[in-house]
Amino acid sequence: MTTTENAVAQRPATKTAGPVAWMRANLFNSPVSTILTFLSVWLLLMAIPALFEWGFIQAKFAAANGQECRQVQGACWAFIAEKHRLILFGTYPFEEQWRPMLAVIILIALLILSTWRKLWNLWLIPIWVLGMASVGVLMWGGVFGLTYVENTRWGGLPVTLILATFGIALAFPLGVLLALGRRSEMPAIKVICVTYIELIRGVPLISLLFMASVMLPLFLPEGMTIDKLLRALIAIVMFAAAYVAEVVRGGLQAIPKGQYEGADSLGLTYWQKMRLIVLPQALRIVIPPLVGIFISMFKDTSLVVIIGIFDLTLAAKAALSDPAWQGFGVEVYVFISAIYFVFCYSMSKYSQALEKRLAKGHER
Amino acid sequence: MADALIQMRNVNKWYGKFHVLKNIYLDVAQGERIVICGPSGSGKSTLIRCLNRLEEHQEGQIIIDGTELTSDIKDVEAIRRNVGMVFQHFNLFPHLTVLENLTLGPIWVLKIPKAQAEETAMKYLERVRIPDQAHKYPGQLSGGQQQRVAIARSLCMNPKIMLFDEPTSALDPEMVKEVLDVMVELAEQSGMTMLCVTHEMGFARKVANRVIFMDRGEIIEQNEPEQFFGNPQNERTRLFLSQILH
Repeated sequence: MTTTENAVAQRPATKTAGPVAWMRANLFNSPVSTILTFLSVWLLLMAIPALFEWGFIQAKFAAANGQECRQVQGACWAFIAEKHRLILFGTYPFEEQWRPMLAVIILIALLILSTWRKLWNLWLIPIWVLGMASVGVLMWGGVFGLTYVENTRWGGLPVTLILATFGIALAFPLGVLLALGRRSEMPAIKVICVTYIELIRGVPLISLLFMASVMLPLFLPEGMTIDKLLRALIAIVMFAAAYVAEVVRGGLQAIPKGQYEGADSLGLTYWQKMRLIVLPQALRIVIPPLVGIFISMFKDTSLVVIIGIFDLTLAAKAALSDPAWQGFGVEVYVFISAIYFVFCYSMSKYSQALEKRLAKGHER
Repeated sequence: MADALIQMRNVNKWYGKFHVLKNIYLDVAQGERIVICGPSGSGKSTLIRCLNRLEEHQEGQIIIDGTELTSDIKDVEAIRRNVGMVFQHFNLFPHLTVLENLTLGPIWVLKIPKAQAEETAMKYLERVRIPDQAHKYPGQLSGGQQQRVAIARSLCMNPKIMLFDEPTSALDPEMVKEVLDVMVELAEQSGMTMLCVTHEMGFARKVANRVIFMDRGEIIEQNEPEQFFGNPQNERTRLFLSQILH
């Protein structure tokens, strides 16, 4: 009796194991799914070999000039090899390009350090200030025997990274303050914050960038100028802060009233209550959407090309304008897309890992 | 009674049009232990929540230890330092360990050095009989243990007054006793001034100096427990007691 019961119980288990059973269960479990499976396989068969052919087999990895490259069918990676310094660092003085390189490494290190949970406290502030200051010194120079390089000559990856990292570092605290302001009991502060958030969220980033670059100088007193890169950064920070504020507000609303009352009953002041009790819990909840904002912010920095800032995208365009190497737009855009992808994908992966770790944690 | 620790004078409060507290006069002397009971919606929780201004009263005066509760946030914070509160749903901070929950107030509000705050915290954890849970997070504890941590958290602030807002109503029945035992011990050993909203009449008989019955925002009757339970004067009190004492 018991043996037959066991055999019955085991049969389905053996059926679901193995690749054939898996395929039957997942790829061919219905007519629609079978058709979709074949369609996907056909698409992959069409696309992958062709891409592989173009990107590797027929591609030219070394060439003296564009003429040589045009004789082959595939990609001209030689163009990237030739122009990578221009794409990555723009028109920064050639012999000094170790400086933007080092700045890029520092910025990436800052981002990686910030993912380390042990550092999620006030230590992050001096680390970021120090990191940002050293990036400034490296890029501008003029001290410690470094020659001065004005920022109209900066370009490429460091500009993109500076806009993105400085943007994130400034938009985040500003956004948190706006979110707190929006929930403030003081009507004046609340009205200001709500108006700001709704106004900014109602306009596209491009219009803010235009305003920062074209209109802002008109309002400044004569003789006073704000650097173009700084103006773009301000526009990006103002824009992202409004979105950060809305996400953080969601987190604040998810904190039960009892937490506020518990903090109040101990006699904590408003700022102590927010810093020690409410924000640590609220920010944990909103990490995934916050990272989402940072990812789109990273990509949105490419919009600064329209006000003529020499970021990665514009550097790619500049590389294309060399008459000796014309017509390799696909290669160069694949190259910079890959750079954007590496950054955005790492952020996305990190956010997923973090979400999992926090879900497993001790918090209810 | 001019030097009563808590003085409520003609206190009125409305939620919109709903008159939740009506002309409350209440004096509580140092060391007095008061149990407040009444049907749900009678305003008993609101009354004690007014004492540390988690709720604002709209009329009348509340004076705690010589300081009047007004909208002046400095006064409110000063009073909250001296008034501990234990909530129905514990309101522990889930992102901090038990020990961090206990030392947060002393370190940030009373500015006590961390080592000293931890020492005091361990002393109170021993008093509520869970010193071995100090490094766990609240979510890892049972309801009864969490409520005992919450009591210890309030005691760590060395308050003059302890408020209990239905401390056992959210607990599973088998955990009610462990919390009540701690509260009885606190009442008998420390001489703490306590105001407790509860339906635990056994607790009221055992520790209260005075039992207050509230209904529809008014204090209907107050007396020492012997008289209150043995010989209730008001019809509504008698009805309420007959409903909860089977």
